[in-house]
Amino acid sequence: MSTKKTLVVIGNGMVGQSFLASLVTSPIKDDYQIVTFCEEPRAAYDRVHLSEFFSGKTAEDLSMVEPGFFEEHGITIHIGDKASKIYRLAKTILSEKGVSISYDKLVFATGSYPFVPPVPGHDRPQCLVYRTIEDLEAMAAAAKNGKVGTVVGGGLLGLEAAKALKDLGLKTHVVQFAPRLMEMQMDDAGGAMLRRKIEELGITVHTGKNTIDITDGKHCANKMVFADGDELETDLVLFSAGIRPRDELARDCALHVGARGGIVIDNQCKTSDPDIYAIGECALWNDKIFGLVAPGYAMARTVVADLAGESASFTGADMSTKLKLMGVDVASIGDVHAKSQGALVYSYQNGDNGIYKRLVVSQDKKQLLGAVLVGDNSGYGTLLQYCLNGIELPENPDALILPHRSDESVGLGVDALPASAQICSCYDVTKGAICSAIEAGCTTMGALKTETKAATGCGGCSALLKSVMDCELARQGFEVNTDLCEHFAYTRQDLYNLMLVGEIKTFAEFVEKHGKGQGCEICKPTIGNILASYWNEHILEPEHLGLQDTNDTFLANMQKDGTYSVVPRITGGEISPDMLIALGQVGKKYKLYTKITGGQRVDLFGARVDQLPHIWKELIDAGFESGHAYGKSLRTVKSCVGSTWCRFGVDDSVGLAIELENRYKGLRSPHKIKFAVSGCTRECAEAQGKDFGIIATENGWNLYVCGNGGMKPRHADLFATGLDKDTLIKYIDRFLSFYVRTAGRLQRTSVWMENMEGGLDYLKSVIIDDKLGLGEQLEQQMQHVIDTYQCEWKTTIEDESKLKRFRHFINSDQQDDNVVFVEERGQIRPADANERKHFKLLEVA
Amino acid sequence: MTQGQDLCGVDGRGGKFSASTEVWRDVCDIDDLQPNSGVCALVDGQQVALFYLTPSAVCHAINNYDPFGHANVLSRGVIGDINGQPVVASPLYKQHFNLQTGVCLEDETVKIPVYAIRINNNRVEINMQESGNEL
Repeated sequence: MSTKKTLVVIGNGMVGQSFLASLVTSPIKDDYQIVTFCEEPRAAYDRVHLSEFFSGKTAEDLSMVEPGFFEEHGITIHIGDKASKIYRLAKTILSEKGVSISYDKLVFATGSYPFVPPVPGHDRPQCLVYRTIEDLEAMAAAAKNGKVGTVVGGGLLGLEAAKALKDLGLKTHVVQFAPRLMEMQMDDAGGAMLRRKIEELGITVHTGKNTIDITDGKHCANKMVFADGDELETDLVLFSAGIRPRDELARDCALHVGARGGIVIDNQCKTSDPDIYAIGECALWNDKIFGLVAPGYAMARTVVADLAGESASFTGADMSTKLKLMGVDVASIGDVHAKSQGALVYSYQNGDNGIYKRLVVSQDKKQLLGAVLVGDNSGYGTLLQYCLNGIELPENPDALILPHRSDESVGLGVDALPASAQICSCYDVTKGAICSAIEAGCTTMGALKTETKAATGCGGCSALLKSVMDCELARQGFEVNTDLCEHFAYTRQDLYNLMLVGEIKTFAEFVEKHGKGQGCEICKPTIGNILASYWNEHILEPEHLGLQDTNDTFLANMQKDGTYSVVPRITGGEISPDMLIALGQVGKKYKLYTKITGGQRVDLFGARVDQLPHIWKELIDAGFESGHAYGKSLRTVKSCVGSTWCRFGVDDSVGLAIELENRYKGLRSPHKIKFAVSGCTRECAEAQGKDFGIIATENGWNLYVCGNGGMKPRHADLFATGLDKDTLIKYIDRFLSFYVRTAGRLQRTSVWMENMEGGLDYLKSVIIDDKLGLGEQLEQQMQHVIDTYQCEWKTTIEDESKLKRFRHFINSDQQDDNVVFVEERGQIRPADANERKHFKLLEVA
Repeated sequence: MTQGQDLCGVDGRGGKFSASTEVWRDVCDIDDLQPNSGVCALVDGQQVALFYLTPSAVCHAINNYDPFGHANVLSRGVIGDINGQPVVASPLYKQHFNLQTGVCLEDETVKIPVYAIRINNNRVEINMQESGNEL
């Protein structure tokens, strides 16, 4: 018999899981047998980033539970089972599936449910809510049969839901009862600016609308009727009109609940029964429900401390928020509506750029009480710190929101923050904790995040965390060296720009003007690559030859024994029987090992360097061209068979794949680039695992970007939807040129984007909105590469001087006796060390 | 033991060749070398990687065998310098070998044969008696 006490947690949402994660780091975890009920079919996931489900994230991506967490800590989780009855006298809890547990301590983390106004017709088909992954799946299913979607509710969650509808390709409306969007966090001017920005994205906003009926539509499945007589036809209706605490189980066992719902808790998060706690959105503290995760996490920590016998209190929470809604920066801090006695208001509005900022300051102008930011969140971290830490404001507080056109910074340096300043509110990480972690050796953002958990919740503090890190590293005397190598004190991006400005065309010129020494295997290929990307000269020209990395040097992929593999281009994976036969004949003649690649091509292995030109002569005569499998360049555009043959195909994926591959073939880039095109959402081409994934929909092409397979697979992010072919190509032209210009050495598109400030949204603003005004230039840059394309192998075999190197010995026709093949499954393979010894002996004998 | 001696005319260590003025083997024309890159030559049954740096016109000759990758590929590596030492990086796994001493920069216990090289009337000549060797 175990002497352990039993602790039961009802609900495994974000707060329930945060409680468990916090509990297992506490010494008291060994005192308890821990059991949790999870009504949903999967353990805790990130509801804050739920809309990303439609921009490519999967349920697994959103999971908040580290693999093996429950097993490792001996926690029993009942997934898909709901706690249904509590007998407080017997201290027993029953579940719907019949599990019965005697508990010592009980924690409610039941969360909330979406409020659906009791409008007639609210339960019609395609009238949905937005809270769980199952809700999202229902939305996706409903969206397939509709063209218009409407969100009821213009609060924070409502606007997130609107983004989800837009991502699903629906014409999107937001219907708001209040006179402005986000009425809790915005004042009138901020709400108006937000509305303008949201409408610029193609979403129609209706404010001051009271829905009184939902009935049959004429053109759409539903029609909404408003109190003022207006009507709106829509297929999908999504209610996001606030949340209500899940307190039914608490009511049932007669715990004290608030008049308008919510399980009443004290400062230790205890309910009216001292053995029962409640945390998160189901809890009512000081007559308040907290609908954000950070206060929920704070409650979870309080309960863990209380169980451990430490004195801890939940004393309310800062409800400041910062987020990006559909690419629009929005933030609110503290007393937004200037309700405090004598509060002064400063505001700044820039109609041109769509920026609005408002400060609420105490009567004596010393303290910041609140703030609203729309269109530019950059000051959020500074303002929040002023507000939370009561730091005295500068003499002219408006300087904090006025644009400063000189170099002088008016922001609050992170230096000025006390060690106790909270940097990450989700995980309650202070500046002091971050500095200690840096001192202990966490000198990158990744290491800091893993160690402290800062910026791993809502992510809102990552810019601030970066500033704290940079400042602390500088203070501790670390120097962050971004030099490419000892020969060039520049990054790849710097070198690219130097090439542009100085019109540099050779490595020698680079060394002379900006570097030193002879170069090395880092800087030579990097510069060779940059030169090829921009000028697009043949990489085996005498002045470029010595710069090329292993594979580029002989335009083939070197294998472990020094032989090469050959990959001709098979655009879109489409190949005629005759071409296939020609390929087979070459393979047979030169006794090559042949294998189908993941990119829908054929790889021919075991070619000696002297055979390469002969093999290519035959391939080119048969109509093939270089596949650039050896280069940091476009590899393949994989495709499914598409609408031409497939019963389900929506568009011609093969045709598009061939066109794209022919357009971008030969482009030298910071790393390899892969594309795929799927003809429908079944996604047989696996396009979302590629740098560029294109999927056909009824409304046009959807473009996904920055995915990859390999060591650290990453799903691509949805970049733009419903594109016609010309727009699609324009975006890819710009995207590729921008990547070539700004990525680091050997940085794939995924890492490039993840390291870019502003990430996907920034890229959208550059590529789609042409924020930097570079669009035309980027397109021209790509056009130059397209216009100067040559098959590198064709040029090579036509040039005697280039062919001279293609032999093993410069002074003999003998072959490398170290290259030995044996047969396996009817084909050749390199002999292993033992087999080689055997052959040597045979030779000697 | 012979490190630091004149690279020409090293002899008397009981190698494959007796000491004589005929230690220099004619290999190829200078035009057969690739500027700022490498080629491989077969000299007395040995594979020799030849590197030619321009504009300084400095040549290096080392054994072509990569002791880490177990393949005859060093002539196909990128050449350059690390901390002032002339090096070639293995095309397979990128270890650096000093072109003058043959010592691997990543693992100093590994050392590949280095040969003296000279240009004579536009002909490339190699002395196959290893120099820079401590045997």
